Amino acid sequence: MSTFYFIAFLSIFFSILVISAKNPVHSILYLILTFFTFTIHYILMNAQFLAIVNFIVYMGAILVLFLYTLMLINLNKESEPVKPFMVKIAAVFGGGILAVALVSSLKSLGVSDPVVLKNPELGLVKNLGKVLFNEFLLPFEVSSVLLLSAMVGAVLLATKDKETKATI
Amino acid sequence: MESLTHTIQAVPLNHYILLSAIIFSIGVMGVLLRRNAIVIFMSVELMLNSVNLLLTAFSVYRGDAAGQVFVFFIMALAAAEVAVGLAIIVMIYRNTNSIDINVLNRLKW
Repeated sequence: MSTFYFIAFLSIFFSILVISAKNPVHSILYLILTFFTFTIHYILMNAQFLAIVNFIVYMGAILVLFLYTLMLINLNKESEPVKPFMVKIAAVFGGGILAVALVSSLKSLGVSDPVVLKNPELGLVKNLGKVLFNEFLLPFEVSSVLLLSAMVGAVLLATKDKETKATI
Repeated sequence: MESLTHTIQAVPLNHYILLSAIIFSIGVMGVLLRRNAIVIFMSVELMLNSVNLLLTAFSVYRGDAAGQVFVFFIMALAAAEVAVGLAIIVMIYRNTNSIDINVLNRLKW
């Protein structure tokens, strides 16, 4: 039980560091730590498939993509944009208002039951694979088309097009 | 494995909702606070992940595997979104030599 609260504290702490770090590279490294704490949350709920997928896809693929892009862009300290102080206060105030609204609406729920894993095999690959390939077969195939179109779009957007400028 | 499943037994569902709400609000704060386009993208990822955690908690609470499948689809969506978004950021940087989002105000009026 106390493991959950310790890990939850760490996730909140690192996610605050993500948005407050001055250097974007530090921000990405803190985001990796945040996602690692999320992986521990999944393991605590015995969602092993999601833990592995979170580890591989988020920490392995998406954040490395972020790091590569940041290094391609080659930011230096002077070009880092800074908002005026009042805008920062207003942003923190707005986010805090949202948090207060969500938490206070949570208050009206009353005491909730504890999260109990009734079926220990719920999050294993065997069980999830059966659900994924029976009930969710069509969305699974559609998501492959989505990934293909995203790949083509990314390549199309990121390549330099000298020929089109010449024709226009 | 038994000890792992015993550790979560005393955590109420409300605390998972509270954790996700706080992290979601931190993500919103990051979007409002920063002007660096990449950090804004990272805040969006933070929001997506808090929702993923909440979906998994509900799925375990209800004993229904559909929630975890939804999380899998959200992860596939996030991968596609990040690929296209970072390509757009690289293109913007090539055109304006900056990733400050306040430069992109031509559609403003």
